Amino acid sequence: MRFVIGLPFLWLGLFFLLPCLLVLAIALGTNAPDSVPPVELGFSFKSFALLFSDDLYLAAWLSSIRIAATSTLVALLLGYPMAYAIARTAPNRRPLLLMLVVLPFWTSFLIRIYAWMGLLADNGLIEQFLRWSGLASNPGTILGTEWAVHLGIVYAYLPFMVLPLYATLEKLDDSLLEAAADLGARPLAAFLTVTLPLSLPGIVAGCLLVFIPAVGEFVIPDLLGGTGTLMIGKVLWDEFFTNGDWPLASAVAVCLLVLLVGPIAIFQRNQARSLEKRS
Amino acid sequence: MSIASRDGPIVRIEGLTKRFGPIVAVDRVDLEIARGELFALLGGSGCGKTTLLRMLAGFETPDAGRLFIDGQDMTDVPPYRRPVNMMFQSYALFPHMDVAANVGYGLRRDGVKAPEIAARVAEILELVHLQDHARRKPSQLSGGQRQRVALARALVKRPKILLLDEPLAALDRKLREATRFEMVRLQEQLGLTFVMVTHDQEEAMSMATRLAVMNAGRIVQIGTPHAIYEHPVSRFVADFIGIANILALPEGGWMALRPEKITLAAARPDLPQSVSGRIVDLAYEGDRSLYHVATEPHGTMIVSTANTSRAAGGAFSRGQQVWLGWADEAGQRLEA
Repeated sequence: MRFVIGLPFLWLGLFFLLPCLLVLAIALGTNAPDSVPPVELGFSFKSFALLFSDDLYLAAWLSSIRIAATSTLVALLLGYPMAYAIARTAPNRRPLLLMLVVLPFWTSFLIRIYAWMGLLADNGLIEQFLRWSGLASNPGTILGTEWAVHLGIVYAYLPFMVLPLYATLEKLDDSLLEAAADLGARPLAAFLTVTLPLSLPGIVAGCLLVFIPAVGEFVIPDLLGGTGTLMIGKVLWDEFFTNGDWPLASAVAVCLLVLLVGPIAIFQRNQARSLEKRS
Repeated sequence: MSIASRDGPIVRIEGLTKRFGPIVAVDRVDLEIARGELFALLGGSGCGKTTLLRMLAGFETPDAGRLFIDGQDMTDVPPYRRPVNMMFQSYALFPHMDVAANVGYGLRRDGVKAPEIAARVAEILELVHLQDHARRKPSQLSGGQRQRVALARALVKRPKILLLDEPLAALDRKLREATRFEMVRLQEQLGLTFVMVTHDQEEAMSMATRLAVMNAGRIVQIGTPHAIYEHPVSRFVADFIGIANILALPEGGWMALRPEKITLAAARPDLPQSVSGRIVDLAYEGDRSLYHVATEPHGTMIVSTANTSRAAGGAFSRGQQVWLGWADEAGQRLEA
């Protein structure tokens, strides 16, 4: 019995905590290009110091946060009406719509991003369509721009925005909106004063679920973005595979983790507090 | 406009009909409600009373008929432009707002200035004895307190009509009885028109100045509680309100006879109508006792006696042969 209860902790310890500690240990080591693995363990903050001394890393950080934030905002603006519409349809039709939201998960993430490469490429389907329809006579290539990165992130993470939003909107009691209307609130006022504040937990959850992975995203900027798109996930990859600097790459990973744990912790505490209040 | 409408009824409904798919929820209802009435719509579940109330509030659009409030056609007016407010069965309090914000919500929507909102909210909270709870969230209140917040929120805009959907259903019995009197007091004090939906006949009888009994989407009888109880027009109404013995008349047709109008005696009573029978069942209810008496011509009849003395359990026992007697005018001839 005690073993069964301990199993999840064992799992977390082996496959989450231990790797994290390994990464931390590597980050504190020094680069040793000639040995295998190319690390000399130790207790040095050299790699961290380098992170803060070179503008490249700060620029990559800020650019990652900017791209993730705008993508999250776009995903919210797209996902909210979707979640709202699903929550408002007849209960027997909701499962179908929800299935459509998660349908992309049935195909590998990587393949879907490759598909976008084809769509966005020079003379790709989208460009051909724009020319054929006359919407733009000479559209530039989208692939390789930051637009493509935004598009990819919004596309890939939209379900993570829609699902938590749906979960809170679906619980919203219709009679609250009727009460608002009864007391003189036009539909927009009722939305702003009742629906929106009551769906705030879903907004926060959805934004975190999109923002956090988007900040560290590597595949999308690598495949859809160009050389001009600077994101911390790509920097990490380059340090590791191109430059072979394990400690520096690990230091980037540690910083990424620490910076993202902060907002998650705040969110968790707010969730716990609002649950306490409700009971 | 307001001068002309002062004298007319506050509510006039003409041929109002509402269908949900194949079901006719409200079927060609005509109704007038006078100013200052405490009007109750009474009926079982699915009789259309709630749909009728929701059409008054504007939450449902009628398929046919017209609806006038204070002389103005409101049939196609959205809820946020109607001079009525509703108290919901679930109370529908905004969980993210405190009591004062809930009560002031409607005034804010109307663009009333903040100091006036504060004053009016304070005044109405005092009226429902919640002045000390203004900063609490609905989740921190008891059921009875929530009910009073809902009432205050619906009253603060001084609506022409207050609509109440099963206002006491969520309260426990003791509190329900106290609240009944409290609501009648408020209604009289404020001089407002209340329209209340209830499935509880006791509630409707004790509170309403007039009530409409509904069945299958139609109003089957309208009248004062006394008229409905003593002069039911149909077997349905007689049976729905209180207990009634439905007797077949020798000349054809039916008569409703209330249990308390019947005299129960060991010997043949000196009354125009009498039958003999045997007590097959009895129920002691504290203030009264109910006897089920098997009679030859009328089957099992129900008789009640008031327990005015503390002598144990009434004078009659199961299996005993008894006589039932009543006056000629004790029963009500039914039309249907």
